[in-house]
Amino acid sequence: MAPILDIQHLYKNYGATEILKDINVSIEPGDFLVLVGPSGCGKSTLLNCIAGLEPITGGTLKIGGEDMTHVSPKDRDIAMVFQSYALYPTMSVAKNITFGMKVRGVDQATQDRKLAEVARQLQIEPLLKRRPGQLSGGQRQRVAMGRALVRDPKLFLFDEPLSNLDAKLRVEMRTEIKSLHQRLGASMVYVTHDQIEAMTLATKIVVMKGGVIQQIGTPAEIYNKPANLFVADFMGSPAMNLIPAKARANGVGTKLEIARDGAEPIVLTDARAKNLPEDVILGLRPEDISEPGYRSGESVQEAQCQVAIVEPAGADTYVMTTLGGKQITARLHAETAAAPGAAHTFAFDLGKVSYFNPGTGERIL
Amino acid sequence: MTDVSATPAAAAATRSQGAGLKTALRWGLYLILALFAVYYLLPLFVMLTTSLKSLEEIRTGDLVALPREVTFDAWAKAWSGACTGIQCEGVRPYFWNSVQIAVPGVLISTLLGAVNGYVIAQWRFKGANIIFALMLFGCFIPFQVVLLPMARLLGLMGIAGTIPGLIFVHVIYGIGFTTLFFRNYYVTIPQELVKAAKVDGASFLRIFWSIFLPLSIPIIVVSVIWQFTQIWNDFLFGVSFSSAGTQPVTVALNNIVNSTTGVKEYNVDMAAAIIAALPTLLVYVVAGKYFIRGLTAGSVKG
Amino acid sequence: MAKWFETHLPKIVLAPSFIAVLIFVYGFIGWTAWVSLTRSKLMPRYEIDGFIQYDRLFASPRWDTAMNNLYIFGGMFIIISLVLGLILAILLDQQIRVEGAIRTIYLYPMALSMIVTGTAWKWILNPGLGVQAMVQGWGFENFKFDWLVNPDMAIYTVVMAAIWQSSGFVMALFLAGLRSVDTEIIRAAQIDGIPTWRVYTAIIIPSMAPIFLSAFIVLAHLAIKSFDLVIALTGGGPGYATDLPATYMYAMAFSRGDVGQAASSAMIMMMVIFIIVVPYLYSELRAKND
Repeated sequence: MAPILDIQHLYKNYGATEILKDINVSIEPGDFLVLVGPSGCGKSTLLNCIAGLEPITGGTLKIGGEDMTHVSPKDRDIAMVFQSYALYPTMSVAKNITFGMKVRGVDQATQDRKLAEVARQLQIEPLLKRRPGQLSGGQRQRVAMGRALVRDPKLFLFDEPLSNLDAKLRVEMRTEIKSLHQRLGASMVYVTHDQIEAMTLATKIVVMKGGVIQQIGTPAEIYNKPANLFVADFMGSPAMNLIPAKARANGVGTKLEIARDGAEPIVLTDARAKNLPEDVILGLRPEDISEPGYRSGESVQEAQCQVAIVEPAGADTYVMTTLGGKQITARLHAETAAAPGAAHTFAFDLGKVSYFNPGTGERIL
Repeated sequence: MTDVSATPAAAAATRSQGAGLKTALRWGLYLILALFAVYYLLPLFVMLTTSLKSLEEIRTGDLVALPREVTFDAWAKAWSGACTGIQCEGVRPYFWNSVQIAVPGVLISTLLGAVNGYVIAQWRFKGANIIFALMLFGCFIPFQVVLLPMARLLGLMGIAGTIPGLIFVHVIYGIGFTTLFFRNYYVTIPQELVKAAKVDGASFLRIFWSIFLPLSIPIIVVSVIWQFTQIWNDFLFGVSFSSAGTQPVTVALNNIVNSTTGVKEYNVDMAAAIIAALPTLLVYVVAGKYFIRGLTAGSVKG
Repeated sequence: MAKWFETHLPKIVLAPSFIAVLIFVYGFIGWTAWVSLTRSKLMPRYEIDGFIQYDRLFASPRWDTAMNNLYIFGGMFIIISLVLGLILAILLDQQIRVEGAIRTIYLYPMALSMIVTGTAWKWILNPGLGVQAMVQGWGFENFKFDWLVNPDMAIYTVVMAAIWQSSGFVMALFLAGLRSVDTEIIRAAQIDGIPTWRVYTAIIIPSMAPIFLSAFIVLAHLAIKSFDLVIALTGGGPGYATDLPATYMYAMAFSRGDVGQAASSAMIMMMVIFIIVVPYLYSELRAKND
């Protein structure tokens, strides 16, 4: 199948500043693409370029196989949901939803039918006569979605649509967007700075920083095999532990030596790793440092560390300690015996370990 | 009242003493405010009573006394008989001149200001801010600096001394302010609104007409009141660029008051002054609230 | 073509106004500046001849009077209006019951034409039948209040009328400013037990610096442009005792037929405003762009 969105070597400059550098990404129909990164990384600019709200400086941008470089937003067959919702303040909810059809000269009967359909889908029928000013944040969000849905476009664009909602509503709407995507099978591009939103919604994630794509992949790929230190640190909460270590090859695999406070270094052995440089950074997710006895296998090794802080979080308890001069987090079960100031034995599971080059930050293995 | 004080009477006494001081201060405050109200109202009161007195009563009576005998003769004469130099038609024809200048002048400059503000605030392009700064500075120039060339240009265009000529001048030198009003109003509206409308397929003018204009009632009111007051109360352009038949009411009023022929009729002068002031006073009383709100909005935010 | 039109429509729409401003503001200023450097008399001439008009202007006793009057009038008008406006705003800020009505009364003179204001005050201040006659009529035979016809004092009548007209507006500006001060700061001060007058002097008034500046600019601008009020109140007289630069310029342009003097005096007015307004506009635009 032809990609629904295909971006090749896209550049975007404002005067002399490069905002986007050599962006290459394409998605298939039905994909849910999430652009994620810290603020100022260029993700919203990229979305505006896809929408045609910003002209691109170089490269090609195709939607549904057609070149869009000189096509204005209204002819791109897209719909967009904005962070501030951008509802037309003087129009009723119904008029907000049908304004696009009205501008395009769609006949009244079709307008009414589609409005009713969308209103039912989003359960906003009782609100149709109200003005945006009379709605709550969550209701506005629904109306903004309705305005996009009614267009039935090739591509939906979302620009941080949940960031103005409170935490509870945000989770609810996230689920709703996900179910909407599954129900409609529509293609979507979604911008967020929230990595949890990215992980939960996406079929494909683009992690960006400084106008450059850091990694493209499925949520699992991004989580388990981050391409560099930035992605490793940015995706996942609490963040991946990034521990400086000395690697030395031995017969079976590699010995890893990690400095420890007030004691001799920990030595772990990774049987799979080969040909590592001497200085590496070890990437371990908090859930891969656990209580002894819960995981078994060749990759699991135990070591004792001094506990600094204990943070109960309900289902789990996070325990901080220091390794390799860095504060690291372990995810233990809720009833752990770990206590601040005391030593505790942790189980390190190297089965999913990542290695990074400390100089370049790139993934080695 | 649950009183825990050892000597309830003493406590009550101090309390009432404090309350007494407070009441006194309060009365003093109201007295000062009332005195100032008298200060601001007195000239209007004197104008009104003088206009209702006969010339005889003015000569013999007291400035602030109420008229012994109310007469509207002065008003009738001011409206249709007072002399502005050699002509004696009252302020009526000049009043209509002012209406004919002010109405189109207000409408055109407000519309232009709305469109300009919309472009500058919502369709930002390179140089838009410089254009805005240049227009803004135009608000502050002393008009004396453009009087001479404007007089020549109106002559060249063949509209010197005409009402269209005066409308033209008022529109030109009103654009700066109306643009400022609308720009400052529209700049607070998120840019995403235009983006959403673009994605919805609306054009530049459609977005203005369907989305921005309906939003603009408060600032349109401000712009209309401001421009109306400016144009109606203008004297400099009126006296410089009008001819015998096209003078606005302010110029006619000044001519009536300063005409040296015959007896000085103070009651007629005052009636004419009130007539000239009436439209702007009316606008102010009816809609002044919005005017102040709009005028102060920018400076407070800034 | 249609596409080009569509993308450039905003600029096309803005263009006429911008061109008008370029010609009728900046072009005309240029024209006046040019003519002020020529020997233009009854008709403008275009051969540049140095600063002769400015030499004449600065040598003219009438211009001297006009500038002196501008200092007296401008200084007193601005300072008294600011002080009065601030006091009235603070008094009105004490939860006054009929605040709306009082505000309207203080403010209505702003809606009047300067010609109307001048006419009213001219009547009130005329010695023959106005305040002087009234007080004499009350039995104070020796009461004298003839400023309007006294060349040394006439300029102060212009100041009085101008303050009457504009102080209410300054009050409204300050009142809006007082209301915009963060109420949490005021509450915090009250909880700390700071007396009300200290709250005003130490917290509220300092935070209104931008409003002082705005009010100052508006008043300075009004003062320099003042023309109608003088014409209606004193006609520039007695003699030319109450001439201001604006009336001087007008007299040269339209009754004396001295285009060169009119142009050079207009340029001086322009420069005075320039010195006051440009730093203000610059800081305003800078602040808003950030």
